Amino acid sequence: MATVENLPSRTTERPIGFGRLKRKEDARFIRGKGTYLDDIRLPGMVYGAMLRSPYAHAKILSIDTSRALEHPNVAAVITAKDLETLGLAWMPTISYDTQAVLAGDKVRFQGQEVAFVIATDEYSANDALQLIDVEYEPLPAVVNARKALDADAPLIRDDKTGQRDNLASPTWEAGDQEATDKAFAEADTVVVRDIIYPRCHPAPLETCGMIADFNPETGQLDIYNGNQAPHAHRTVYAHVAGLAEHMIRIRCQDIGGGFGNKVPVYPGYVCAIAGSIVAGVPVKWVENRTENLVSTGFARDYVMHAEMCSKDGKITGLRVDVIADHGAFDSTAQPTKFPAGFFHIVCGSYDLDASHVRVKAVYTNKAPGGVAYRCSFRITEAVYLVERMVDALALEMKADPIELRMKSFIRPEQFPYETTTGWTYDSGNYAETMKVAMEIAGYEDLRREQREKRARGELMGIGVSFFTEGVGAGPRKHMDILGLAMNDGADLRVHPSGKAVVSISAQTQGQGHETTFAQIVAEELGIPPEDVEVRHGDTDRSPYGLGTYGSRSTPVSGAAVAVVTRKVRDKARQIAATMLEASPDDLAWEKGRWYVKGDPGKDARIEDIAAYAYSGEEMPAGMEGGLDAQVIYDPPNLTYPYGAYIAVVDVDPDTAHVKIRRFIAVDDCGVRINPMVVDGQIHGGLAEGVGIALMELISFDEEGNCLNSSFMDYLIPTALECPDFELGETVTPCPHHPLGAKGVGESPNVGSPPAIVNAVIDALHETHGVDHVDMPCTPARVWAAMQGRPEPPQ
Amino acid sequence: MKTPAPFEYERATSVDGAIATLKRLGPDARVIAGGHSLLPMMKLRLANPTHLVDINDLEGELSYIREENGELRIGALTRHVDLLRSDLLAEHFPVFRDAEEVIADPVVRNRGTIGGSLCQADAAEDLSSVCSAVKASVVIRGDGERVVSMDDFHVGPFMTAVGDGELLTEIRIPVKPGAGSAHEKVERRAGDWAIAAASAAVWIDGGTIVDVGIALSAVGLTTIHLTRAQELLRNKGPSEDLFAQAGAIASEDCSPSPDGRGPVDYKRHLAGVLTTRALRRATARALNQEA
Amino acid sequence: MNVSISINGQQVSREIEPRTLLIHFIRDTPGLTGTHWGCDTSNCGACVVLMDGKAVKSCTVLAAMCEGHEVRTVESLEVNGRLDPVQQGFHELHALQCGFCTPGMMMTARGLLDENPDPNEEEIRTAISGGICRCTGYKNIVAAIRWAAENEATARQGV
Repeated sequence: MATVENLPSRTTERPIGFGRLKRKEDARFIRGKGTYLDDIRLPGMVYGAMLRSPYAHAKILSIDTSRALEHPNVAAVITAKDLETLGLAWMPTISYDTQAVLAGDKVRFQGQEVAFVIATDEYSANDALQLIDVEYEPLPAVVNARKALDADAPLIRDDKTGQRDNLASPTWEAGDQEATDKAFAEADTVVVRDIIYPRCHPAPLETCGMIADFNPETGQLDIYNGNQAPHAHRTVYAHVAGLAEHMIRIRCQDIGGGFGNKVPVYPGYVCAIAGSIVAGVPVKWVENRTENLVSTGFARDYVMHAEMCSKDGKITGLRVDVIADHGAFDSTAQPTKFPAGFFHIVCGSYDLDASHVRVKAVYTNKAPGGVAYRCSFRITEAVYLVERMVDALALEMKADPIELRMKSFIRPEQFPYETTTGWTYDSGNYAETMKVAMEIAGYEDLRREQREKRARGELMGIGVSFFTEGVGAGPRKHMDILGLAMNDGADLRVHPSGKAVVSISAQTQGQGHETTFAQIVAEELGIPPEDVEVRHGDTDRSPYGLGTYGSRSTPVSGAAVAVVTRKVRDKARQIAATMLEASPDDLAWEKGRWYVKGDPGKDARIEDIAAYAYSGEEMPAGMEGGLDAQVIYDPPNLTYPYGAYIAVVDVDPDTAHVKIRRFIAVDDCGVRINPMVVDGQIHGGLAEGVGIALMELISFDEEGNCLNSSFMDYLIPTALECPDFELGETVTPCPHHPLGAKGVGESPNVGSPPAIVNAVIDALHETHGVDHVDMPCTPARVWAAMQGRPEPPQ
Repeated sequence: MKTPAPFEYERATSVDGAIATLKRLGPDARVIAGGHSLLPMMKLRLANPTHLVDINDLEGELSYIREENGELRIGALTRHVDLLRSDLLAEHFPVFRDAEEVIADPVVRNRGTIGGSLCQADAAEDLSSVCSAVKASVVIRGDGERVVSMDDFHVGPFMTAVGDGELLTEIRIPVKPGAGSAHEKVERRAGDWAIAAASAAVWIDGGTIVDVGIALSAVGLTTIHLTRAQELLRNKGPSEDLFAQAGAIASEDCSPSPDGRGPVDYKRHLAGVLTTRALRRATARALNQEA
Repeated sequence: MNVSISINGQQVSREIEPRTLLIHFIRDTPGLTGTHWGCDTSNCGACVVLMDGKAVKSCTVLAAMCEGHEVRTVESLEVNGRLDPVQQGFHELHALQCGFCTPGMMMTARGLLDENPDPNEEEIRTAISGGICRCTGYKNIVAAIRWAAENEATARQGV
């Protein structure tokens, strides 16, 4: 089933259940009445500002805060020494590493936190930063991940006992080395590429921040903080600060985008908490844009060597060796049992004979992170690698890149399909989706146009990618973060009037949960979505769960909501049976009511059942009153959304400027709860992909100075660089998700960069012999590639 | 959030008053107009003036585009948006509209002024090369009034001929027949500073280039005035070959630095390509042959 | 210094430091927090308000410079319970997700439509190119502004 976006949707304007329902949350946002962190003011609140290291690597000889303390509006200055007395000088990362909250002995990246000023207003707090005198002794910095393990590389983590080099992880591998060697030995074509997925940054438009409000009388710690996983954060604070978990309340109100950047706990948060404990008043800390870019969770930074082979026109084998740059502290987001995240889903959408993957991580004098950016734990790097390699192989084979993919796809009848690295894909019909994309693009016509343009000296490229993602982490038997199972809760209460409140542990940062989760309840219970309030973002008022990232809201929380609603529906059936004096087995369900089979007029509507459940009437034997339920959902497997993307670019032959003229995205994310919201997610992720492919880059000079520390140099595409995205869809339900949904948030970010880079190379290969260019495809880098010297980013 | 350091603020009510205030306050005082160059520098604490003299109330005196005495005269407080929309300016010197379409973004263009752009004297700034190409001069007022050519206006990186206690008040461009002009820019993204940009103006009489101005942005420590290329073109008939030669000179005579926008060789290459393109388009406009 | 600015038709006076940026004045004194801060360098457009009818970035204007001028923020768009067509268009066409860029985008759109009631796609894309949206890819924002242009006269109704 294929539909083009502009066709009328198959659902009504105000669906009871799934369909293009306009968003409930818009009402406050379009009036400027959202409540983002910086909008919150508490009585007596003071403001924090962070002093950061100007050096990438240096010994701290002394910190003198006396001049800052003389500032009339400064209440306190906190340094590592102060934190040591509170036991807060170091904190755990989400990768079981440790990270300095404030640097005491050494600074290990430019922008590292050194001192925290608390003042009565933010202007004074900023002024006081200039009054702190820190004496540094600069040390040589490790900037290039490839040189981090050299014998003469300075040791970065000398704070860790037993650490003798800059290795941040043991070498981790997946797949079958022997079988892979055999596949390559028998191959007829082999290609080799060194591919960099450069460091970039999620850069949500709202930066990170916190208000910490510790009440010394009660011991209660109230936290306001835009983060993507409030329950997990609370557990971390309980461990870090030694506070009782039940006395911590985290409220995430509106969040101005996250994209993975708001998953980790940052030193500024711990300082705000420490500041409130010390000062006894609420402390607000909101980072500025430079702080966001230079110190909070970056994404990617994978240096990859890959080999791919084919036999008889079909891809057969893949060999990959990766150095992952984790920065100065390993705070990569990944489930504990997957040290390199989900990178080893690297076999892509292809039925390979064998594959073998090796990843090792190193420390460098760069900001810590590796958190994501609309990416499930390194799947983005994997997809980029495999989709670039397939194109490289097609070039070598002189085959059409779509034809090679079509021949190599996993076939529909092979699902569930176990990959050569051990993942079990749930469902798919890849060729069908690829065909829809070709149809929307007018692929043959584009190829014809390209030939004509080439003859006139114009450079036009058509690039393809076909991705499969694994999202919705995850099954508790395989996946946890810091020992916390990656499950999510849902709690549904239907009130006597038939209106409902569903509480979830997912945390929206713009994904529209207040609408789509209401639609799930509406679909399953047959009540209007406007009668369902979705409660989230407050640890006191929502069930435990691991939050929103890795496209896990719909696959995990969405499933939890479906399951809890079905539980309520089942209870309603028992009650209806009592009401109707029938056996539950004799009842049938139709949206919103249970009725007697064979006598459809004899029914009980949900609101009647709810009223009954809370009334003085007799309940079914052994059943408690009320109409509510609670679940914790443990997904049996990841879900595997996929898609076919085609980019069309024009390259200026003289200036090498790349313009994306068209972008076609056909996604199969299983069943779509709100197609409008799904489309919106895809548009946004595609724009990020445009940015990553063409301009977004965090780079460093040899001393480790960050060269992209503001929006003047960390470039994000505007409306003028983004084409009018053309979407299509196929629907292949997920067999193990209660709604058949697979999740979509990350797909467009994951799938679009390789399509764009493949298009750039496609534009330049025939005329300029270009067979590789690293991202971002800036005019300068594309020009260099056209001169025959592709230059990798720093 | 990034905030400027403290300063004193005064609002000028007349040009004379502004100059008197600047004189009184000395070198640590700065004029603020649109503020879109100065305030970001102050927020980053790269500029820390002790006093700001706000001249935004002087629109009556300093915001205009008019033809007078065979010159186009542009008040220093004229905002980018007004330069972009001025049909009078586009009729005589379309190079302004070319440039204004790619200077920053429309919201910034609502505030930023031509005087502010020129006085910032950032080598990557577009209007400096535009004004150089069209052979503008600027009027500087202090103790009396001076008229300074663009050649003499740029005295160094971020430095101009405007001294302490002086104010740039007007830009004057001689109007001569047979003019055509164009601006070409390559940027990493809309709204970014140029990787390189070239402004060209030609005056053609009877098939001969009787006068020419070419200047480059972002490929040197200051705006580059391409005098050698101008000499090459003067008193010759326009031709593709000539434009290509001028481009080659541009590549040689610029002095770019490597940065996040690109390496030196690429910037030299661009300087050449854009010079050729700007000359081609300027000539087509002079001859009313623009495609 | 004492500064008095007309914000959404109300005269707001306050003793401030001269360095106070307009965005902070707006957010602090009348408490209108719909205007957002997204960068330090005038690049993101989250802080756009109208000053004398023209879109400006309020992080790059001193409050002192606005004395005697009219400032309009996102909170002024809805009048007597009737949404501005721009607001309605953003809702109808799903032109917002996290909502953080939305006030700046809507005020930029309002400024555009006041000057050009019938902009085409290219004109809209250019007009909003001083703003960054991380969520929508701009497609629906462009459509919403077109929608507002087309419904300017008739669409004043509540969400």
